[in-house]
Amino acid sequence: MISTERSQSQSPRSSMAAGAPFLTISVTDPVKMGTGVQAYISYRVITKTNLPEFEGQEKIVIRRYSDFEWLHDRLAEKYKGIFIPPLPEKNAVEKFRFSKEFIELRRQALDLFVNRIASHPELKQSEDFRIFLQADEEKMDRARSYETGIFKKPADFLQMFKDVQSKVSDVILGKEKPVEESTPEYEKLQNYIFELENHLAEAQKQAFRLVKRHKELGQSLADFGKAIKLLGACEGDSLEKVFSEVGSKSEMLSVKLQREADNLLFHFEEPLKDYVRAVQSIKATMVDRANAFRQHFDLDQERKYKELNLYVSHFAFTHFWLCAKDFQLTRKFEANVFTFQDIPNNSCGLRSL
Amino acid sequence: MMSSTALPDLPAGDGDGDMETLHLAATTTSDYASVASTFDPLISASPPSPPTPAAFPLSPASSSFVDPPSYADVAASSSPHSASASSSASPRSVRAAASEYTFIAVSDPAPEAEPAATSLVPGSSPTYITYLVTSARRGEHRRHAVRRRFRDFVTLADRLAEAFRGHFVPPRPDKNTVESQVMQRDEFVAQRRAALERYLWRLAEHPAIGPSDELRVFLQTEGKMPLPSSTDVASRMLDGAARLPRQLLGEETVATPQDVVQPAKGGRDLLRIFKELKQSVVSDWAGVKPPLVEEDKEFLEKKQKLQDWEQQLTSASQQAEALVKAQQDMGETMGALGLAFIKLTKFETEEALYDSQRIRAADSKHIATAAVKASRACRDLNTQTVKYLDTLHEHLGIMLSVHTAFFDRSSALLTVQTLMSDLASLQSRIEKLEAAASKIFGGDRARLRKVEELRETIRATEDAKCCALREYERIKENNRSELHRLDQERKDDMLEMLKGYVASQAAYAEKIVEGWETVEEETSGYARKTDSTAW
Repeated sequence: MISTERSQSQSPRSSMAAGAPFLTISVTDPVKMGTGVQAYISYRVITKTNLPEFEGQEKIVIRRYSDFEWLHDRLAEKYKGIFIPPLPEKNAVEKFRFSKEFIELRRQALDLFVNRIASHPELKQSEDFRIFLQADEEKMDRARSYETGIFKKPADFLQMFKDVQSKVSDVILGKEKPVEESTPEYEKLQNYIFELENHLAEAQKQAFRLVKRHKELGQSLADFGKAIKLLGACEGDSLEKVFSEVGSKSEMLSVKLQREADNLLFHFEEPLKDYVRAVQSIKATMVDRANAFRQHFDLDQERKYKELNLYVSHFAFTHFWLCAKDFQLTRKFEANVFTFQDIPNNSCGLRSL
Repeated sequence: MMSSTALPDLPAGDGDGDMETLHLAATTTSDYASVASTFDPLISASPPSPPTPAAFPLSPASSSFVDPPSYADVAASSSPHSASASSSASPRSVRAAASEYTFIAVSDPAPEAEPAATSLVPGSSPTYITYLVTSARRGEHRRHAVRRRFRDFVTLADRLAEAFRGHFVPPRPDKNTVESQVMQRDEFVAQRRAALERYLWRLAEHPAIGPSDELRVFLQTEGKMPLPSSTDVASRMLDGAARLPRQLLGEETVATPQDVVQPAKGGRDLLRIFKELKQSVVSDWAGVKPPLVEEDKEFLEKKQKLQDWEQQLTSASQQAEALVKAQQDMGETMGALGLAFIKLTKFETEEALYDSQRIRAADSKHIATAAVKASRACRDLNTQTVKYLDTLHEHLGIMLSVHTAFFDRSSALLTVQTLMSDLASLQSRIEKLEAAASKIFGGDRARLRKVEELRETIRATEDAKCCALREYERIKENNRSELHRLDQERKDDMLEMLKGYVASQAAYAEKIVEGWETVEEETSGYARKTDSTAW
């Protein structure tokens, strides 16, 4: 039985009774929409709240995965430095996209996602969050395609270009990497996070395999049981009974193993995966931080260069100006000298009067 | 030969030494050290291992099946094995104990050079492997030791096939025509050695073959292989072709009685082969009812049942292999998971910034160690499973010998049918000749002489037919007694297999569950806390 206990961020009954502010969200009811390649799953998002920022006590909207993605990206942009709750994986192998397990796992993860946002003191204030929870489907569609359209790109492009630029210049000039800030504590933390992700990912990989093994063992036990029963049928008499006992027990075990596989998937492997995603989200924030620092550093560098240029050009200009001035004066002086030399001749003209 | 399909790192349940070293290598926890050091009756209860029948207290009859080991016993002891010490009355060991030989072993593979080696490349003479075959006959104290090569085993198998028509002669290990590089490799040689040993044991356990001269000579006569080796098909054909003209001209007319007791195929008498082929075509296709048919209803029923049995057995043995593989994978993955968690907890413990992390890590370590223990248990269980389910493969091998025995029967029948048709046609020729001769006044001396010749031929053919018929009856009797023996053996073996399989599965499952229950207790604190999404 798949439980949705993890979806409540607060128990509504107690808070409703107390009149305390509450915000309860649940993601339910996955429904396949459309056909063929364009088919997708839509979810119902039910918001129950008494907070003033929201329009009304209860709101139900229909959302799909890309809407959740939109929300995630908006929050990631606006709230840099905060660990944004992780989303379930985007791409799935075509075969599994509509398998029951996959849909249920995704639903659970999305439910967790919105509730974690709702519990976060800063993130829950987000305007985009409110839009997500309340806007009607058309508005949501528009918002989503607007944002994932071209507009995002130029800013990104410029930033990407700058990153590449600085990386290239680094390489060419042979500068070393440490454009990263690093205090020993922060570095330690970074290493910790990186290694933690590796270990968790390994554990999750094995957990996933374990689920598969349970299914395989279950299947082969079922086949074996059947074959044993058939074998017993050839024997007849008392021995047949023994065979069929063993066979049916095998089949029973197989059922149990399949159930165990499901259990493991939902209660062991998925939480592990959740942790891996969480650590990846932390890493993303660290990358943001590093990028911000680098941006700051690069801009600082630019500024210094510009200042230097300015100073140099200023100096050059002054020098030139002075030179120019100097030349002018020299000409004047020479001109004057020439004039003065002429005076004796001129003064003779004046005596004959 | 079937056992060569067993998992590479798990020798298929024979050879005591192999099993115990595997056991020792796989276990390091003190839990298992006690198991490895004790003499393991469950493992050594398996038949073809030489030392055990002597070391074993034999229980009288294979019908006294002991109760399955109680699970309480199993849970009490740290080892799931020791409880089934009581099941020493395994049918295979009983058979081994009753056999003609108390001890057979194949060991010490050593390369020897081909004597008259004419190698094209100087310095690399083709070599073959010889094995040391030691045996001790019941009632005799001395042990015989001889050196034999694989080809000698093939010869033995061929001679036995000839001598024991109608019996279920155990199939010999495969020939594997591979290049000499592979032949020399240790793994291949080890597998072959084990297979040869098992083969000899099966021969010894067979009630008719065990006491046979062929086997005795093979095991005891020192020096070069004493049994005549079979010639290859090509030279036989050539010999046959040489005789054919004389046969067709009527100079050698009849198959002699001693030839007749051997199957036509594979022999030198091409004419006989053709005749029998024609006979079988006539019976099958032309719809002509042959003079003698298989009428034994009981036999035909049994044959049909065995066919069904074989079909199911094949599919069961395939599923068994799949099951073993799935169990092995499970054990491996469980172990890998445990290892991943151990690394994770170690990392957390070392790099943690908060004490709470260390506490969590220590708790997680319980899970990790439980997973590793479960993985080991799984692998040990798999060894047991292979051992028991191998019975399915073995019986598939037995089915092969059943087919051969049934084929012996049908080819003997065919020989009889052919001879009977011969007789009939000879008789009609005589009648025609006599009729023609009587029309001529004064008798036709030429024809009458011919008639006399034909009567001679008839007499000889009658003799041959009697021999063939006797052989056919003999084979039928062999079939019958072997079928009876097989029925009993099959029941015993299957029951043993199922009991062993179920007992080992239950025992190991309990062990694994125990481990996890301990973990559940140790981490029960977490279960009580409610889930929360905050992070």
